[in-house]
Amino acid sequence: MRKNILTNFVYNLSIAVLIFVILALLIFSGIIDEYNGNLLVLSGIYLIVALSLNLITGFTGQLSLGQAGFMSIGAYSSAILMLNFKFPLILAVIFGGLITGFVGLIIGFPTLRLKGDYLAITTLGFGEIIRVAMINLSKLTGGAAGLKNIPKFPSSGDYILDVIINLTYIYVFAIIILAIVSNLLKSSPGRAIISVREDEIASSSMGVDIFYYKMFSFVLSAIIAGIGGGLYASYMGYINPDLFGFLNSVNYLVIVVLGGLGSLTGTVFSSVIFVYLQEWLRIFGDFRLVIFGLILIISMLFWPSGLMGTSEYSPSGFVKKLIKGQFTIESILSKAKQLLKKIISNKSRNIFKHNGGEGR
Amino acid sequence: MSVVLEANNISIMFGGLKAVSNFSIKLEAGELVGLIGPNGAGKTTVFNMLTGIYNPSCGKIFISSSNGGMIDITSYKPHKITQSGIARTFQNIRLFKDLTVLDNVRIAFHSSVRYSAFDGIIRSSKYVEEEEKILVQSRNILSIFNLSNKQNELAKNLPYGEQRKLEIVRALATNPKLLLLDEPAAGMNPQETHELMNLIAYIRKEFNLTILLIEHDMSLVMGICERIIVLDYGQIIAEGTPSQISSNPKVIKAYLGGGDE
Repeated sequence: MRKNILTNFVYNLSIAVLIFVILALLIFSGIIDEYNGNLLVLSGIYLIVALSLNLITGFTGQLSLGQAGFMSIGAYSSAILMLNFKFPLILAVIFGGLITGFVGLIIGFPTLRLKGDYLAITTLGFGEIIRVAMINLSKLTGGAAGLKNIPKFPSSGDYILDVIINLTYIYVFAIIILAIVSNLLKSSPGRAIISVREDEIASSSMGVDIFYYKMFSFVLSAIIAGIGGGLYASYMGYINPDLFGFLNSVNYLVIVVLGGLGSLTGTVFSSVIFVYLQEWLRIFGDFRLVIFGLILIISMLFWPSGLMGTSEYSPSGFVKKLIKGQFTIESILSKAKQLLKKIISNKSRNIFKHNGGEGR
Repeated sequence: MSVVLEANNISIMFGGLKAVSNFSIKLEAGELVGLIGPNGAGKTTVFNMLTGIYNPSCGKIFISSSNGGMIDITSYKPHKITQSGIARTFQNIRLFKDLTVLDNVRIAFHSSVRYSAFDGIIRSSKYVEEEEKILVQSRNILSIFNLSNKQNELAKNLPYGEQRKLEIVRALATNPKLLLLDEPAAGMNPQETHELMNLIAYIRKEFNLTILLIEHDMSLVMGICERIIVLDYGQIIAEGTPSQISSNPKVIKAYLGGGDE
């Protein structure tokens, strides 16, 4: 098992590096232009926040509608740490995440005793409170005008190179967070988290402290969303409270549901699809949102459990097969067929079911 | 003989309804006791109080601790009660449906795991050691129940009888001293019920268990229980050996009705 973990790590890392090198080369050679390159950076930020939401909603089964609120705490605290206290960028982003985690702890303590719709409404309310607080704490946050001149990622002076630098920062953060969440979910605490989603009563009678694990997952989710917010602040160089409204929280929920509640791979794909789709639809002008809504409705009708359901795709598994020479044209075709079948036949799975009392 | 579980006069009210009143029970180590009664008598409510899902309005529950004394678990949360040695199955099966059979069992080892979330994230040697141990233990217990070849199937795809079995496996994996079985034979045919009887007798010996079981199938209850407690309208109306119970007029009246002549 020890050896297996090491080889998996090496394979996963090499795939991650390979993808990055390919992306960087594509940007450098101009095949991906500056505009699309920046969208790639943005999808990385969306990915980080969407991962945090998938952790609490997809894996723990607690619907949170306040993720943008956490993101804004991370963004503001990281920006203030850099502007007022001269923290270096990476340190500020990480501290911003930790501060958000602390806020998550305070908010989670009373609200995580609630279930289902009630929790959703309280987290929604919390998101709004944060936004309004940011507007009114104008001494610290600059009020409705927001914060300007937030230190950005280091710049080389060349536009194309800058895109690659930005991408490096976001990519490294996203991969580390992806690895943390994925490893966590494969450990005993991770299984406990998933069991809370599946059935709270059964889970507690297996010896799982459900409140503790809800808190654990909520706080970790807040930390990750805060880090995403901090990166967003540094990427944009400017933030105001309206960037983190309710609609934003819903966007992340859309990404997570579209990718599959309970699938990290799905979230990766759907974050990229979401960001690009939103931009490409701009050719339709004001009808953009209508078409966007239609796409969502259609995809939910045909794939109610999202692109990936709860399945995952492992890069290390891919490499192993490649090395063993198990990839022939037929095997790829049959795999693709299987995948297609699976996507088409994806059945609905109601994750927001209420856990009723025993004996009902 | 040492006492494993003791409940003294536990009662619970739901609004104005006294669902269970003054229920007392004393289980000796190794006993197999049946809890029977008509529908709505409060049997599952008793289980829910013993496992902490409901807190009794009054009364006390004690369980034997490893050092020989009795500890008061009346106000414990369900997970603490599981950790102190009571495991249960559910009347309406409560498996983790979208997880594999193996994962269902691995979750039950949760309280015996000694590594932290951080160990899991960095994949420390402690993580590797413990995960290997859990995997071996899970596979062992699955093979006892002939579920080895199903370990990678989703729990919801198992046939009904095997889902019931898996619930028992999962409960046993928490390493209990006392096992509460809530209608284990519900929905089973006579042959399956017979197999279940043998299985219960087997696990009781193999795992050194005390078992309390709710069941409507009288052939099962009368066949394996040494002692039976009869509940009606939330109160104990009779207690004794199977032969005493089957001839008790109060019990016959509760089950078959009968005028108040």
